[in-house]
Amino acid sequence: MRHIISILIENEAGALSRVAGLFSARAYNIESLTVAPTEDPSLSRMTIVSNGTDRIIEQITKQLNKLIDVVTLLELTDGPYIEREMMLLKVTATTEESQQQLRRLLEVFEGHLIDHTSTTMTIQLTETGEQLDSFIAALTGYEILETVRSGLSGIARGDKYLKV
Amino acid sequence: MELSGGEILIRCLKDEGVEYLFGYPGGAVLHIYDALYQQKDVKHILVRHEQAATHAADGYARATGQPGVVLVTSGPGATNAVTGIATAYMDSIPMVVITGQVATANIGSDAFQEVDAVGITRPCVKHNFLVKDINKLAETVKKAFYVATTGRPGPVVIDVPKDITDPAIKVSYHYPDDVIMRSYQPTLKGHPGQIKRAVDLLLTAKKPMIYTGGGVVLGRASEELRSFAKALNYPVTTTLMGLGSMPADDPQFLGMLGMHGTYESNMAMHGCDVLIAIGARFDDRVTGKIAEFCPHAKIIHIDIDPSSISKTITVDIPIVGDVASVLQEMNHLLQTGKKQPKAKDIDAWWKTINGWRSKNCMTYDHHSDKIKPQAAIELLHEITGGDAYVTSDVGQHQMWAAQYYGFNKPNRWINSGGLGTMGFGLPAAMGVQLAYPEETVVCVTGEGSIQMCIQELSTCLQYGLPIKIIALNNRYLGMVRQWQEFFYENRYSHSYMESLPDFVKLTESYGHVGMRVERPEDLKPMMEKAFAMKDRLVFMDIVTDQTENVYPMIMAGKAHNEMHMSPNCELPQSPERELS
Repeated sequence: MRHIISILIENEAGALSRVAGLFSARAYNIESLTVAPTEDPSLSRMTIVSNGTDRIIEQITKQLNKLIDVVTLLELTDGPYIEREMMLLKVTATTEESQQQLRRLLEVFEGHLIDHTSTTMTIQLTETGEQLDSFIAALTGYEILETVRSGLSGIARGDKYLKV
Repeated sequence: MELSGGEILIRCLKDEGVEYLFGYPGGAVLHIYDALYQQKDVKHILVRHEQAATHAADGYARATGQPGVVLVTSGPGATNAVTGIATAYMDSIPMVVITGQVATANIGSDAFQEVDAVGITRPCVKHNFLVKDINKLAETVKKAFYVATTGRPGPVVIDVPKDITDPAIKVSYHYPDDVIMRSYQPTLKGHPGQIKRAVDLLLTAKKPMIYTGGGVVLGRASEELRSFAKALNYPVTTTLMGLGSMPADDPQFLGMLGMHGTYESNMAMHGCDVLIAIGARFDDRVTGKIAEFCPHAKIIHIDIDPSSISKTITVDIPIVGDVASVLQEMNHLLQTGKKQPKAKDIDAWWKTINGWRSKNCMTYDHHSDKIKPQAAIELLHEITGGDAYVTSDVGQHQMWAAQYYGFNKPNRWINSGGLGTMGFGLPAAMGVQLAYPEETVVCVTGEGSIQMCIQELSTCLQYGLPIKIIALNNRYLGMVRQWQEFFYENRYSHSYMESLPDFVKLTESYGHVGMRVERPEDLKPMMEKAFAMKDRLVFMDIVTDQTENVYPMIMAGKAHNEMHMSPNCELPQSPERELS
């Protein structure tokens, strides 16, 4: 089963490699990992998507907690949560018709056209991972030149939050 | 007070109360060595190889409970230290290792003797630091000692670039009194509700078993364990790392468990209905086949490290906390509570256990014309009054030392249990002997293992360390040979040690005393002679029976009740059948 783990980690050199190293050393699965500093520059927020049995996920959270740089963590998938992922996509659209069709598709998916030439269109979409997959599936007839996905970010729904 | 980085480092060690620093100089640490030269508080022990520096610091830590401290140079200095760091990591030994690094400006340029020490050691340290600012040096050292010695202990590396220790750059020095890290706050107190539930469950047991590990030794909880076991009259087994936490001569002690554990311990594990694991981590050498581990038992687990709980074996009542503190609370509940253990059932359980015990699973051939390694260890116990500090290397001799020495006190049995590092024994013994100059320190080793760090005989001469080396020389890498006999149809692939040195001459050339013993009747007088030489290192090269195996043995993938027994013991090869 897919699990999303949110982590607050010291924003120190090498912190990311400690997390990445843990996953490779213990042969844990890692689907995506995103990381960036928070409003407090001494902390980074990390979102990890992993697959595994409950037992493995429990070990992963315990091992992550054991890393000295990890301040606190939350398994988002334990409660209601919101997930988002950003995708940048460059596709070929050489005819007026194909360009129009793509614009309509973007309206349905609430995406944005952020750049275009006479032959290509560059799209930005922020949605759940699943929705992004659906968008790609709907792009029949277009040649995808590039897919750039940010990896998943997540936040708990309601009053719950992850803070030091 | 204005000090250079090198001076700060040494001053920090002094303020931390460090007595010995085990190390080896080199380019990147020359500034630090210069600062070391100009003071007398921290004593430096010059080893002959960086691996030995880490093992010596490790042995010092295991014997005293104080962190071992190491100083090595960059590049090969750091990489040579890695084996010792990993050894300490696997056995949760507190250690602080300072590695030199090339100057900050040269990091990443493939400079001479440059290696990414922080990267290389990351998977085998509790934590590591790269110091980039001299103003943070003292604080980093404080943090390193704090992290290494609290919670589940472990090694911490501090990588110090050469420019940080430049004697021309001085800053004001202040060693912090304490340290608060928001990201590191180990749980010490066990949850009272869980402790109560555990005690309630323990008192319902008809066939209980207490299984303890290295955590009891590291957590200084031996006294608490003994009171706990006495209050309940329950049987106790320990892992290899837990030996000594329960006295070997205590009638409630069943011996070690696991792959080379006793028949009674393993059978009791298999048959128990309530198991309490205390500071033990269900290692694969202990559990055998996971699916058939303690098949009838409810399990309680006390451990300071939450990640040890339900890692391999799912437990019913987990208690995260310091072993000594949790046991104190349990002892208090046992003393003040109304419920008592089920005495009748416990008596019946002891009858069953004593039946297993009467089979004498550890017996061996006492009439051989060859020296039996077990006999050598039993004699060692006799001659040292069972009171020596015993270090070991890794292999058959290690198991025989664990099985036959009979440790009655904690911190006396010093071996590489988790990583299984050959070469550990002699340097570890140096650390112990330095910590306790008046005590008898023995290194039980084999002719294979001893050659992995034999250069340390030179260090022993320099510092006058009167270690007694008991080398059980069977001209084989014994444990490898044993597995090849059992699992590879006697194809002894590269397990025969050919072209062995003359250990007597070798020892003499290092300035020590060497002895070779070939006949059983010579063993006792020669060992007595060796131990009478209080101020000399003696290397006893004891020629033992080449064919001896370590028994009992649980083969890989087998359960606790499927032990392979010694041909000398009264038990049939399949104990399960005998029982049913």
